[in-house]
Amino acid sequence: MGKEKQYESVIGLEVHVELATKTKIFCGCSTAFGGVPNTHTCPVCTGMPGSLPVLNRKVLEYAVSVGLATNCEITRYCKFDRKNYFYPDNPQNYQISQLYLPICRNGWVEIEMPEGTKRIGIHEIHMEEDAGKLIHDEWEDCTLVDYNRSGVPLIEIVSEPDMRSAEEVIAYLEKLRLMIRYLGASDCKLQEGSMRVDVNLSVREPGAEPGVRTEMKNLNSFKAITRAIAGERDRQIDLLTSGAVVVQETRRWDDAKGCSYAMRSKEDARDYRYFPDPDLVPIRISEAWLEERKAALPEMRTEKIQRYREEYQIPDYDIEILTDSRQMAMLFEETTALCNQPKKVSNWLMGEGMRLLKERGRDPEDMLISPAHLAKLIVMREAGEINGSSAKEIFEVMFDTDTDPADCARERGLLIVNDTGGLTEVLRKVIAENPKSVEDYLGGKEKALGFLVGQTMKAMKGKADPAQVNQMLREMLV
Amino acid sequence: MENRISDETIEYVGVLAKLELSDEEREQAKRDMGRMLDYIDQMNALDTEGIEPMSHAFPVENVLREDMVTNGDMRDALLANAPEEKDGMFVVPRTFE
Repeated sequence: MGKEKQYESVIGLEVHVELATKTKIFCGCSTAFGGVPNTHTCPVCTGMPGSLPVLNRKVLEYAVSVGLATNCEITRYCKFDRKNYFYPDNPQNYQISQLYLPICRNGWVEIEMPEGTKRIGIHEIHMEEDAGKLIHDEWEDCTLVDYNRSGVPLIEIVSEPDMRSAEEVIAYLEKLRLMIRYLGASDCKLQEGSMRVDVNLSVREPGAEPGVRTEMKNLNSFKAITRAIAGERDRQIDLLTSGAVVVQETRRWDDAKGCSYAMRSKEDARDYRYFPDPDLVPIRISEAWLEERKAALPEMRTEKIQRYREEYQIPDYDIEILTDSRQMAMLFEETTALCNQPKKVSNWLMGEGMRLLKERGRDPEDMLISPAHLAKLIVMREAGEINGSSAKEIFEVMFDTDTDPADCARERGLLIVNDTGGLTEVLRKVIAENPKSVEDYLGGKEKALGFLVGQTMKAMKGKADPAQVNQMLREMLV
Repeated sequence: MENRISDETIEYVGVLAKLELSDEEREQAKRDMGRMLDYIDQMNALDTEGIEPMSHAFPVENVLREDMVTNGDMRDALLANAPEEKDGMFVVPRTFE
């Protein structure tokens, strides 16, 4: 007791985001994930002498759009620097990064906390290249290197040490992820490594100068981040209260064991002997180009929410969920434009859509359904061509394969037989075969009608509209 | 020689460069680095007030490439230069942090 009150955590994050480009940052090799080792490599990304890197235009565009979305100043004259270190994942013996003139600086994002809106400062965003992958061969006791990932473009978003709790950290990361996904700059998947988070944490007595900080790596989920923050905070407080000191170092979080261990003492920036990369020419950003980038920014979530409130008659709750992913929001907008039934579209996406995403463990970004097909399904249901449960069945097929709902209904025999004659025949038979239920219904037991509807649907093999069956039974049983 | 490099400094630079130096090499490296620093001191004597540091010799800016895959699979050619390979990968001494 007391120790939580005595100390406060001071947290800043370094977030690496893998950009969604087709090719690497400085060469025309593919960035496709999962290729056969070293088949996406060339002299540039394997550091061959004499090879010359050339910046991918898309990397610059993505970096600037993330900077604009996070209220950064865009550096009009920027350069790349070499960060020198020796490790086999880095074939050049230096990583091309930005130290002196990073592309974006002095930005901020706002997070919503129960106690109100809080602004988290962004110190800088810089562009850099990813390293290769080391595979340890236990059998031969050696290390194998795959350079497919070497040169994959990254941006590193460095926050100010403005966060004070794991909750704020998660809110900040969720905000960043949402923005970057909206921009289409990355899919930001922690588990797959397209978003990597290093947590810098120190503790202090409130109002005092921040203490010595450590950097925590290997955090592959929001849960791991939350646990690592609690673990590191307690570790530092224990050290300080027992009279020991916190050492500035990089630590590795082991989520299975729920603890961390020291990886290496943290190098000083000067140990990396940064210097401007002479192979890459400087970038000068013109006013006109910057205006173009601003104009090309998609409508972000806050603006979308505002517009949905004015444009569509759907509850705020729906708006919150639909706009949580740009893909979902676009599917909603485009489908609504086609069928003009915002609430129906929203119901499908929020109900069946969300249910199936959860069941299949997929992200809204992976929704296959096209607006045209979803609109068609809604129109078919409205016109009574299919019943509610058939519509759900078709939706599920569309969810997996984006099939045309009319084709799907035909193939599966789900179209309602509108031939009232055929239905009347079946109804007569059901009435004749269930005298007890007929009697009960006529005697005032409303429930008995449900049974007769069920029998009819069964005899029709589901190819009837229950509402229509219900209606006709009432008319026949007067 | 004005600048003297201490044993600790040369040891540390050696660690950063992942080099093991013999006593003789260490002395040589100390002398070489001392001379380099002397040369830098000479340059520092010049008045560079108001002059932008120069990193590039040519006034070329904004050289960019389009985001299109232009390279195919060059694995075998690249591995041909590797001292050792296994399963299409470069073999290096056991490395971990």
